[in-house]
Amino acid sequence: MLEITDLNVHFGVIHAIKGISIKVNEGEIVTLIGANGAGKTTTLRTVSGLKKLSSGTITLNGMDITHSSAQDRVKMGISHVPEGRRIFSTMTVLENLELGAYLRRDKSEIAKDLSMVYERFPILADRKKQAAGTLSGGEQQMLAMGRALMSRPKLLCLDEPSMGLAPLLVQEIFDIIRDINEKGTTILLVEQNASMALQIANRAYVMETGSITLTGTGAELMQSDDIKKAYLGG
Amino acid sequence: MEQFFQQIINGISLGSIYALIALGYTMVYGIIKLINFAHGDVYMVGAYIGYFCMTSFHMGFLPSLFIAMTFCVILGVAIEKIAYKPLRNATRIAVLITAIGVSLFIEYGTMFFVKADVRSYPPLTGLLVKSFKLGDIVITMQQLLIVGITVILMVLLQFIVKRTRIGKAMRAVSLDKEAAELMGINVNTTISFTFVLGSALAGAAGVLVGIYYNSINPLMGIMPGLKAFVAAVFGGIGIIPGAMIGGYFIGTLEVMVSGYGNSMFRDAVVFAVLILILIVKPSGLLGKETREKV
Ligand SMILES: Nc1ncnc2c1ncn2[C@@H]1O[C@H](COP(=O)(O)OP(=O)(O)OP(=O)(O)O)[C@@H](O)[C@H]1O
Ligand SMILES: [Mg+2]
Repeated sequence: MLEITDLNVHFGVIHAIKGISIKVNEGEIVTLIGANGAGKTTTLRTVSGLKKLSSGTITLNGMDITHSSAQDRVKMGISHVPEGRRIFSTMTVLENLELGAYLRRDKSEIAKDLSMVYERFPILADRKKQAAGTLSGGEQQMLAMGRALMSRPKLLCLDEPSMGLAPLLVQEIFDIIRDINEKGTTILLVEQNASMALQIANRAYVMETGSITLTGTGAELMQSDDIKKAYLGG
Repeated sequence: MEQFFQQIINGISLGSIYALIALGYTMVYGIIKLINFAHGDVYMVGAYIGYFCMTSFHMGFLPSLFIAMTFCVILGVAIEKIAYKPLRNATRIAVLITAIGVSLFIEYGTMFFVKADVRSYPPLTGLLVKSFKLGDIVITMQQLLIVGITVILMVLLQFIVKRTRIGKAMRAVSLDKEAAELMGINVNTTISFTFVLGSALAGAAGVLVGIYYNSINPLMGIMPGLKAFVAAVFGGIGIIPGAMIGGYFIGTLEVMVSGYGNSMFRDAVVFAVLILILIVKPSGLLGKETREKV
């Protein structure tokens, strides 16, 4: 579904992404793990078109989207839940969700997806008239994910959805991610919580200072000694 | 007491003008964090377009108002596209200096075409010259017209911003441009649309001030522009209801100072308010200290 080939990204003179290639097949959960500053966020931002790349190609279902606008990528089915959630804090929960469907015109289908999101995140239904900034951290994460689902994505990119959440909630978020995937959405998941991410992922890439150093199935990487030492605490 | 109420009425009329201009400042600031110094000049151009519609083309008030607003929309969008858009990633000071340049360009460009002389709006006719009395308070039809048109425009603006798709996009872009892009919102179109709204309101204010004070000149935008800016800061820059409240407050204050004190001081008092606000509550009346959850 998504194919990143030989991607290079710079911030001025900083060479942040150094020729990485990543492939996400339809129906998979693929996770990208790595330490702070490895370049995970930058990779996702390049996929959704927020960051310009220096060289390389990105294709979605065989179509070259390397130079497409962020808007076109949303249209083509990429949805990105950014690091830090980035909800529209002074707008209501409902308005946030409506903005997720900004490019869609099929009113009745949007209404269906809205009730689907409310079903998945009942707390959002209770809070729909409330300003999004008044939600708790976990609720904001749910809102960010619900908002991303409102575009009916084929590929959902998630950047550290578990960041700053209590363990119980982390578990809940990961269950939801797995469920979204089972309902047919392909997922590219960036995480620092490597053990959780590897548990639900079909395949994983390990990133270090802008390069992919290791790749394999989730189960394989969980058994890897290097990974255990570096990311799983022993 | 009658005098007090009379001053309030006058203050509300003048405040309407300031509020209309302040809205443009505040919306543009909200979306691109730019103090658009050329905004007062768009208002001036609106006054001239209204003037020519009424004098050279003998049009009525409403068609003139409409044409002036339309022309200002084109001007405002052109300013944005030509002067500000290429500087989207430039430093703020560079954009600010550009805005001052655009302002001077419009002022002296207009002077080139229409000469520097003060011109008088045509005398009003018919219903518009009437006035009526409530006790000793006089309310003119002009004042009613100014306040009426302003209220209609504000209600329309609130509707657009709160209820329509493009209005939601505007709010989203002013809150977080990148997150807005991730929704598929076209940020550039949305910014242009903000200039459309702001410039239309400024154009309306120009025509209204023409019929209220009668005289217009190419530099007439400077002072009201600055005062409307103070009004926007007073209400909380970037906040739409803040600009409305600020406009009425500054208008009323100015009229009160002229009425009870000394009209020599009325400008000084307005700018004293600016200084006071910046010291006491820089985020303005409705501004909040933004806190973010992690
Ligand atoms: N806007 C920017 N300007 C300059 N350098 C940047 C910018 N954004 C990221 N970088 C640099 O690019 C590199 C990769 O950053 P990135 O945010 O992608 O890391 P990450 O893997 O997401 O880290 P984290 O786990 O902390 O979120 C870092 O060295 C970072 O300093
Ligand atoms: Mg990151």
